[in-house]
Amino acid sequence: MPCPYGKGRFMILKGAVHKFDDDINTDDIISAKYLVSTDAAELGRHCMESIRSDFAAKVKAGDIIVAGKNFGCGSSREHAPLAVKGCGVAAVVAKSFAAIFFRNAINIGLPFLECAEFDKIAENDVLEIDLNKGIIKNITKKQTYKTQPFPAFLQEIVKAGGLMKYIKARV
Amino acid sequence: MAHTIAEKILLKHTDRKNIRPGEFIEAEIDLALANDITAPLAIEEFKKAGFSKVFDRKKVVFVSDHFAPAKDARSANQCKFVSHFSAEQKIENYFEVGRMGIEHALLPELGLVKPGDLVIGADSHTCTYGALGCYSTGIGSTDLARGLADGKCWFKVPSSIKFVYQGALGKWIGGKDLILFTIGSIGVDGALYSAMEFTGPVIRGLDMDNRLTMSNMAIEAGARAGIIEPDEITIDYMKSVHTSPITVYRKEEWLNLKSDKDAQYAKVYEWDVSDLEPQVACPHLPSNVKPVKKLKNIKLDQVVIGSCTNGRITDLRIAARILKGKKAKSGLRLIVIPGTQHIYTQAIQEGLAEIFVNAGGVFSTPTCGPCLGGHIGILAEDEVCLATTNRNFIGRMGSPKSLVYLSGPAVAAASAITGRITHPEEIIK
Ligand code: SF4
Repeated sequence: MPCPYGKGRFMILKGAVHKFDDDINTDDIISAKYLVSTDAAELGRHCMESIRSDFAAKVKAGDIIVAGKNFGCGSSREHAPLAVKGCGVAAVVAKSFAAIFFRNAINIGLPFLECAEFDKIAENDVLEIDLNKGIIKNITKKQTYKTQPFPAFLQEIVKAGGLMKYIKARV
Repeated sequence: MAHTIAEKILLKHTDRKNIRPGEFIEAEIDLALANDITAPLAIEEFKKAGFSKVFDRKKVVFVSDHFAPAKDARSANQCKFVSHFSAEQKIENYFEVGRMGIEHALLPELGLVKPGDLVIGADSHTCTYGALGCYSTGIGSTDLARGLADGKCWFKVPSSIKFVYQGALGKWIGGKDLILFTIGSIGVDGALYSAMEFTGPVIRGLDMDNRLTMSNMAIEAGARAGIIEPDEITIDYMKSVHTSPITVYRKEEWLNLKSDKDAQYAKVYEWDVSDLEPQVACPHLPSNVKPVKKLKNIKLDQVVIGSCTNGRITDLRIAARILKGKKAKSGLRLIVIPGTQHIYTQAIQEGLAEIFVNAGGVFSTPTCGPCLGGHIGILAEDEVCLATTNRNFIGRMGSPKSLVYLSGPAVAAASAITGRITHPEEIIK
């Protein structure tokens, strides 16, 4: 589950970086032709296929996507964060996220962080992400980056284990 | 406190006294929408969480439009799943083949969305209905599942950006040119997390179909909504739309739904668009916009006229006016897709369908089809398409090696005749 909120609940994530550009859209993340399934593992096998055809084959469980601004722009398909999860990616770090991807990631519990220093991170760098403190350590480059903490309201959803559990707990 | 129209609509749907941009709120929704791709995931989440009954069956709309009429067995299963759930929940507003239209063309036409409403849709182009003066926004399937469960949704109150269009529009210029120009000016994240508000004399002169085209593409600038304050054109449109049980007609209230004079905007853009040329977005971003005259000799394999952006009757009339008595360039595939069943019959009655077919084109039943690379016109490697749709991302309409350009219906029709991207004045002097 995502996000820096300081309760020591989250595991420290460690993985190698796959670096992407600005404005990665949800058609890039999962092409519409695969939207005949809602299965994360199946979607994951085609993650990023049209822009990096070997991505799904190369990515290892626990790896981290790092991207520029406006990650996840375009369609509202929740299949996109599902595909990212399904291919084994542990977290997404980007300069900014498109609004619908942002809320989908919160709602389904895909860890993601907004980091202004994303451009210091390179392909294959190994990162260690402390979601409790919102701190990213670049093991390869021996650097530390700060991230944008989530507002309290969103932390509540995350703490509950996603939107549906949050609602259930309140009914 | 002074509010923009976006803030007013959101506030009205909460139990709070005030809201400010940046705050997180929970609000009661008037309508929840999903399609054959996003509804299955939402329904699964809804059931997985242990819910059994939707909050209000009259406030739920499902449209099987993306891969329907089903393009293969798996899409057929998705449509069937949504259809069964609708029957089980007694949801009357389930639309499929024969009643179906592209959701964002269909809902306004049926009077299912109205000024002042708060609408969520598990489809990013739900922002289309902002043209009617409602706050409608795209959300994900889990959001939709939650909406189905308790009729609520969480929102971050967006800051608003005002776009004022001055001057008078040139002959071939419509809503698509205005919105492409806008996205080209501010970029695909130029309105990230914001509500765009379109205003000024040019907007006041636009008919509803052209307004819907503009609001439709607010998402392509990263916005949560693209809103136009209701006016007499809105009222006339609401009077004309097909009646539906939940349509309540409230003229005075709607005309009063306006941003306060001293409302706060994060930014204000003001343009004189009198000299605006027809606009085209080049691969692979909707912000990569150029005036049509700058695009010399871009040869085309396919032209698509349709989608939730430009598949309305006004769009088809413009295209037919240019294509009348002419032929699409030999070797070029011209595909025309009306937005809804109603537009489809209108186009037949008005003789537009005949013009398209006589031009050597295809006149399809309503569907999203090729817009998202679904069916009815998928591109091969290295093929080039000009479409009146809204996205030209890599592989959006087929092969990752194909190229998609975006324009309004006039440029698309003219280009179908010459086989290259063409200014309409080249065909009709
Ligand atoms: S026409 Fe295209 S953009 Fe519009 S709803 Fe269908 S797939 Fe989405």
